[in-house]
Amino acid sequence: MSSGSSSSRILRRRFLAGGAALTAVVALSACGAKTDAAGTSSDKAAKIDVSGDTVKVGLLNSLSGTMAISEVTVRDSLKLAIAEINASGGVLGKQIKPISEDGASDWPTFAEKAQKLIREDGVAATFGCWTSASRKAVKPVFEKNKSLLFYPVQYEGLEESPYIFYTGATTNQQIVPGLDYLKSKGLKKIYLVGSDYVFPRTANKEIKAYAKANGMTIAGEDYAPLGSTEFSTIANKVKASKADAVFNTLNGDSNVAFFKEYKSAGLTAKTMPVVSVSIAEEEVKSIGTQYLAGQLTAWNYYQTTPGAANAKFVKAYKAKYGQDKPTSDPMEAAYTSVYLWKAMVEKAKSFDPEKVKAASDGITFEAPEGKVTVDGASQHVYKTARIGEIGTDGQIKEVWNSGKPIKPDPFLKGYSWASGLS
Amino acid sequence: MTVILGQTFTGISIGAVLLLIALGLSLTFGQMNVINMAHGEFIMAGAYTTYVLQKSISSAGISLLVALPVAFLVSGALGALLEWLLIRRLYLRPLDTLLVTWGVSLMLQQLARDIFGAPNVQTRAPDVLTGNITVIGGDDPLTFANSRLFILGLAVAAVVVLSLTLRLTSLGRRIRAVVQNRDLAEVSGISTSTVDRTAFFIGSGLAGVAGVALTLVGPIGPTMGTNVIIDAFLVIVVGGIGQLKGTVIVAFVLGVLQSVLEYSTTVSVAKVLVLVAIVAFLQWRPQGLYTLRTRSLV
Repeated sequence: MSSGSSSSRILRRRFLAGGAALTAVVALSACGAKTDAAGTSSDKAAKIDVSGDTVKVGLLNSLSGTMAISEVTVRDSLKLAIAEINASGGVLGKQIKPISEDGASDWPTFAEKAQKLIREDGVAATFGCWTSASRKAVKPVFEKNKSLLFYPVQYEGLEESPYIFYTGATTNQQIVPGLDYLKSKGLKKIYLVGSDYVFPRTANKEIKAYAKANGMTIAGEDYAPLGSTEFSTIANKVKASKADAVFNTLNGDSNVAFFKEYKSAGLTAKTMPVVSVSIAEEEVKSIGTQYLAGQLTAWNYYQTTPGAANAKFVKAYKAKYGQDKPTSDPMEAAYTSVYLWKAMVEKAKSFDPEKVKAASDGITFEAPEGKVTVDGASQHVYKTARIGEIGTDGQIKEVWNSGKPIKPDPFLKGYSWASGLS
Repeated sequence: MTVILGQTFTGISIGAVLLLIALGLSLTFGQMNVINMAHGEFIMAGAYTTYVLQKSISSAGISLLVALPVAFLVSGALGALLEWLLIRRLYLRPLDTLLVTWGVSLMLQQLARDIFGAPNVQTRAPDVLTGNITVIGGDDPLTFANSRLFILGLAVAAVVVLSLTLRLTSLGRRIRAVVQNRDLAEVSGISTSTVDRTAFFIGSGLAGVAGVALTLVGPIGPTMGTNVIIDAFLVIVVGGIGQLKGTVIVAFVLGVLQSVLEYSTTVSVAKVLVLVAIVAFLQWRPQGLYTLRTRSLV
């Protein structure tokens, strides 16, 4: 029995080894083929499919995985804008046909799906991505194919791409105002907590440079892997540091675990406020106001932002997706990005990315957050900064705003303390 | 001083979570030599059970208490079903159970995604579990989180019940007999297939209880099982296969080690160092790994 089973086991092992080798060869040759295709395609722009009376656009968001909590709402918001535009006659007489792809919170998947949208579907533009890691993963794909990406989320700055329009805040429209606010409140000892990837690490580099120039101190700095749910030690460290405030750059549902632990450790918005730059109304709802009431956020838009454009946006969104669904900053920036693209296309009278880019400077839109204007040089937009306080009803109440839209400064050229950053 | 005590408590509480997720596995993997990759999804099933119950029971406290037995039954039933459908055909091929149950785990994840949606969900913790108790007051107070104390209590209770069941009940004696010598147990009149299924039911049910506990710590999602299953296997392998005592000790040692290293370094570095420590340990004491045997050779 035993000798029989061991010889069959050896056979099986050989078979497995052979199979593994074969798989490796197939995988390698497939990779080779892929590189070739990408290599030959690098010189010419992707072909946009405008046959018939529709124009396709790509929606590239994580519909599964740790980021889905945030990105599904962005996809819904993009669909709302597309439906509205289609109802009012479309773009250049064509109806917009969205092709939705799931990035699955996985950066290589994002790049693969971007390639698919551009080369197979022939989309005129793509809207989406949330994490900086996913944006960095798709950036070369859009540049190589000379196709446009509209990126709707606040990020760490220090980036420009000729084929990306950034409609969320850059550093000087969100993080710097957040720090200015803490400073104005006399909160000078700051603890940095973030997810371990591009955005938090870069943002914290900027925050440290700011702190040095503004007489603030950094009490500590901790990163947890994206998706991590074990925060008891970090909460202990934050507590022991006796910091004045926490600057939170955690992404996705790590925030749920972090704020549960924060409260369990006995820390509150009164004793040590947390300023978050990735928690908006949707996340507040799912984390629970019992953990978040009184905490601060830095964004450009809240559901409570006054104005007719926002009232219309909130009403339309709730009518389409449910009365209990909140609107948030990235959703607003995504919604706005579709309208900005439409305005660019109509000014250019073409879907050709080069012509759309050339027409972009000075394009404005009466967005839910207020008037936004495209800065053609950096391909970012002018936005108003807003600091908010999370209420017990799950809504975020504005406690400060910059008064007027701030010119985007992704490389922080206007700040002497940022000279060493890159 | 309070930092050291606080951090030790954190380590113990991480250990309690590890223990809960590894306990059921110590029965199915440790005692029965079945590499059940779907164990993580039984944990997920327990967590979603809590979520579903909270939708129908408005009081968070009551729904949590109801969730404990219900999650045990739901995950246990899933485990027994898996055993009856697939695993009983594979007892002589332990490595194949790995592939088969991995496939099952992927299917269960997709099923959860179809039923509950891809985005993760959360449950409300009862108010009493969101606070903390002060152990040492003063300027630098030492506090213990109530939710962590609850999980610790749950882990201890689960270990006590499991070990008493194995030691004192006739079912426990039968399980031990089958583990020690299947053929002899069979000829002694023990229905080994019933024992197998019952043991699988209990092991999987404990995963469900772990799932309930995890809802107090973080979000509930289709992939939450894969996030914890590796930790669970580490605890079992380092503890020594089939060793309930080893599982308990290693869970707490790894928890404290993780929290101490995390405090003095960073989360990512601590994870690396813990893994290095495990590799070094297994070099010194490889028994944990090499006691993996098929039943035909017992």
